[in-house]
Amino acid sequence: MTEFFQSLGLTYEAAWAFATISGILLIALPLMLAVAMIIYVDRKIWASMALRRGPNVVGPFGLLQSFADGLKVFLQETIIPSAANKGLFLIAPIVTFTVALLAWAVIPFGPEAVLANINVGLLYVLAISSLGVYGVVVAGWASNSKYPFFSAMRAAAQMISYEVSIGFILICVVLWAGTFNMNGIIEAQRGHGLGIVNGFVFNILLFPMWVMFLISSLAETARAPFDLTEAESELVAGYQTEYSSMSFALFWLGEYANVLLMCALNAILFFGGWLPPLNVDWLPGYYVPGWIWLFGKIFFFFFIFSWVKATVPRYRYDQLMRLGWKIFLPLSLFFVVLVSGYLMLTRYAA
Amino acid sequence: MIQTFAFYLFAILVIASGSLTILARNPVHSVLWLIVSFFNAAGLMVLVGAEFIAMLLVIVYVGAVAVLFLFVVMMLNIDFAELRAGFMKNFPFGIAIALVLLAELILGIGAYRAGALKLGVPDGTAAPMAGQSNIENIGALLYSEYLFLFETAGLILLVAMIGAIVLTHRERATAHRGHQNISKQVRRRPEDATINASPEVGKGVSL
Repeated sequence: MTEFFQSLGLTYEAAWAFATISGILLIALPLMLAVAMIIYVDRKIWASMALRRGPNVVGPFGLLQSFADGLKVFLQETIIPSAANKGLFLIAPIVTFTVALLAWAVIPFGPEAVLANINVGLLYVLAISSLGVYGVVVAGWASNSKYPFFSAMRAAAQMISYEVSIGFILICVVLWAGTFNMNGIIEAQRGHGLGIVNGFVFNILLFPMWVMFLISSLAETARAPFDLTEAESELVAGYQTEYSSMSFALFWLGEYANVLLMCALNAILFFGGWLPPLNVDWLPGYYVPGWIWLFGKIFFFFFIFSWVKATVPRYRYDQLMRLGWKIFLPLSLFFVVLVSGYLMLTRYAA
Repeated sequence: MIQTFAFYLFAILVIASGSLTILARNPVHSVLWLIVSFFNAAGLMVLVGAEFIAMLLVIVYVGAVAVLFLFVVMMLNIDFAELRAGFMKNFPFGIAIALVLLAELILGIGAYRAGALKLGVPDGTAAPMAGQSNIENIGALLYSEYLFLFETAGLILLVAMIGAIVLTHRERATAHRGHQNISKQVRRRPEDATINASPEVGKGVSL
């Protein structure tokens, strides 16, 4: 995009600045729209699984429901509890929302369509997603109220636990791809299954990693069945209890942006990202633009997330910890050894 | 131009948030300023081209260590009056530590200006390999030249981890009230746990 702005007669620095800013807007604005629509989709899927109609009043088929909700919270009064730590109370939702947008900088939407094609792309995503917990913890503490505080405690422990096994799962993928660069990882999946299908998920050693990654990403984004941070039967609304109006909406938007990010990571790391599912160049799907494939895969994973939310009962907290530390951690560690051993024997055999 | 601007932005923020870490009255604020400081230090690392170290700094220190700090500090109910009462008592000790650190800093900078130190590494091995990312460089050095040191560090961490677990582990009797046997729970079937009885009036059921 820098070349395009340079062709308009700008210097390189100015062209670079314009290209970066327009790239950020091109990602952030559609993402906001996507978050609004995906909340509607989530409610519709959930409703249809519960044999309800879901939102169907505002706009055709209720499509504008999220925008109506957004307008409603925008017009509400922001209530700050008198005992709250005012500064941190207001910063917390902003942190959650900003961090949820930050990680999208390295997500590739096509071979060239990536804002920051850095060679530590995956580490960057891991680093940013590990920041996500601060919004929740700070919100819980700054509210100066019982239930948000319990929720913050839970969130801190839960996210650290699952980040460990997510790290090991990512190491397996990186070992196989040989790079931390997101586009490099996607290219490494081309024709991975017998030269026909794209995606690490068709690899016998990496398929269990994908199953664990999907479950861990549910836990990492605190979605059902791991939504103990906002378990309404015990904690009212968790860390959001004291929040109202826009600050509440920022949590909501940030949470869904994080869910979409995790869906995108599932698609990129295990299902070939913007690659078509089949690596056969005479099929019509081979020439469909990459971003359409990526969006389709993200939507597929979001459907799985909603499906799980609608059907699986909530975990108990000790069960959550047991799954993370006693099952996922040893298993993913074992697979790191297995995958590196296999690669040493085959690819790097001297 | 933009590099200079970014450098001064990050550097000023590191120093400012570092000072606020020790000046903040509330310990939770201190930890949060420390996190801001870590994050800006990572920005400085990116500026000098050490993006791998920068990401590790964020993942390890901001994402894990500082969360645990915050976790502990949040749960402590700290009495500020008590803290300030001990200030004069610990003041000379604090000054002594500060002087030692200052001396080390001056010594380090002076030694660096006198020329780089060679720690018995043959010439050329530590030089960055051209055309490789710095992850590849670090990996190549860690697993060849510094393999022994690297594995020793790993071993020390393992011992520390086992030590911490041994110190905090309490053996509990299996008959403990809260003890849970997951496989036993999963194996349990309705027919083992319930009976369908229709007792006569006034007789009751024997359990």
